[in-house]
Amino acid sequence: MFRNQYDSDVTVWSPQGRLHQVEYAMEAVKLGSATVGLKSATHSVILCLKRASSELAAYQKKIIPIDKHIGISISGLTADARMLSRYMRTECLNYKYSHDTLLPIARLISQLGNKMQLCTQRYDRRPYGVGLLVAGYDDQGPHIYQTCPSANYFDCKAMAIGARSQSARTYLEKHLDEFANCSPDELVKHGLRAVRDTLPNEVELSTKNVSIGYVGKSQDFKILEDDEIGIYLSMIEGEERRVGSGGGGGSSGTGDEALRPETGEQGDPQDPIPAVAMDTE
Amino acid sequence: MFNTTDAYSAPPLWKNGPVPGAFYNFPGSNVDKQHIAQHSQAPVTTATSVIAFTFNSGVIIAGDLLASYGSLARFRDCPRIMKVNDNIIFGAGGDYGDFQYVKDLIQQKIIDEECLDDGFKLKPKSLYCWLTRVMYNRRSRFDPFWNTFVVGGLQEGVPFLGTVDKLGTAYEDKAICTGYGAHLALPLIRDALEKNPLLSEGEAVGLLKKCMEVLYYRDARSFPKYQVGIITKDGIKIEGPVDVNQNWQLAHMIN
Repeated sequence: MFRNQYDSDVTVWSPQGRLHQVEYAMEAVKLGSATVGLKSATHSVILCLKRASSELAAYQKKIIPIDKHIGISISGLTADARMLSRYMRTECLNYKYSHDTLLPIARLISQLGNKMQLCTQRYDRRPYGVGLLVAGYDDQGPHIYQTCPSANYFDCKAMAIGARSQSARTYLEKHLDEFANCSPDELVKHGLRAVRDTLPNEVELSTKNVSIGYVGKSQDFKILEDDEIGIYLSMIEGEERRVGSGGGGGSSGTGDEALRPETGEQGDPQDPIPAVAMDTE
Repeated sequence: MFNTTDAYSAPPLWKNGPVPGAFYNFPGSNVDKQHIAQHSQAPVTTATSVIAFTFNSGVIIAGDLLASYGSLARFRDCPRIMKVNDNIIFGAGGDYGDFQYVKDLIQQKIIDEECLDDGFKLKPKSLYCWLTRVMYNRRSRFDPFWNTFVVGGLQEGVPFLGTVDKLGTAYEDKAICTGYGAHLALPLIRDALEKNPLLSEGEAVGLLKKCMEVLYYRDARSFPKYQVGIITKDGIKIEGPVDVNQNWQLAHMIN
């Protein structure tokens, strides 16, 4: 029943000094489809790849607006993401009501981190099985934050999480120096190329399976419509795709699992192999 | 009402009637006192007007140092102009105890914020909004803070001035005076601002001095020592005690 005797609940240590339940939760993030976030000096952008559970179903929404200046994209358990986004919305709203200003991103994330951390320390709770990329803009400029089920959070220049996201991270690392001076359009194009690198060879980006959100200086958080996405897609169309996508680096476990085909054939997800809890992949 | 029966006492003489020996327990005499709170219905130790207005590069604010006990000039060194952080200055009139309480709340808020150390500083508009919420909340519990607060500061480099009263009523303006100042000083300030909307700091100090003088002559709860707070982009300075120029030579001509 148990994969080993040290994962009976979150608070149990293994002799190697690991918390298996927390590590399993980290694996849940890798089951979600990929999402990418990156920022320039003035804007931050989040993009994600959407899945449909069957051909008869719509694509699952992956970008959630939080407030005028914040939006998140999710990878992992949607239900948990909805709880967290509701919490973030409430915090933003309360702050706006009492202080007449927008909640600084760093404060929201640290509050969220505290909330997420609580349930990694109680035997009667479970960690949230979702990773978030938070794009926001405040007085200190644009931000991309990554949060993990382990309740770690990171202030990133660019980041990608979710299935096969290693190839997107490879792309982002390679072009990291170019982002700072990018125009918003250029930034979205970089993001799309990174997202495209997470696709299996037979799948193409389309207005249906991509969504894009951005926020920036005097620009409220905005989720792009289909036709606007189409414009950006046509901008990167015809560019040579990186060969052997998905290979990019030593991501373990289900990180290599192919994006599920839209035909709805879903095998049971593989058992995750626990990785190091601090690992942020 | 007037018959509390417990297991040991005799039953009431008739239904809902008094118990033996309790004829003279008047209704309400045995109300549970634990759940009663005394709400503030009047201020006790009070401070009088606050004078504040904006000038071309900042905000100036003043209040005298007296805390009166009714009509008695009871405490003569009670400062009520306060620096909140590098971009907010704050003044209060009304009950001095309530002011001290709210002052502690604000200072704790600033300490909490400094502990976060995330580079964000409370802005004047935020404090003004927060105070409005606090004051309205207290009045809704029928236990108001008996004060009028004035918040001044620089919001994105632009002078800001706002006030909140004990009901949570709040507004922003270029010139704000509370108490008798609203009757005696505000017209003088409005007149001056109308003639010259962009006062220099020096002119502002001069105008303020004149206002405090007028207030001292006319307001019986005022005091000839006051504090002046000035906020500009160079920072906050709180000066004082400043003395009011007094001249009573014409006093004998007034009946």
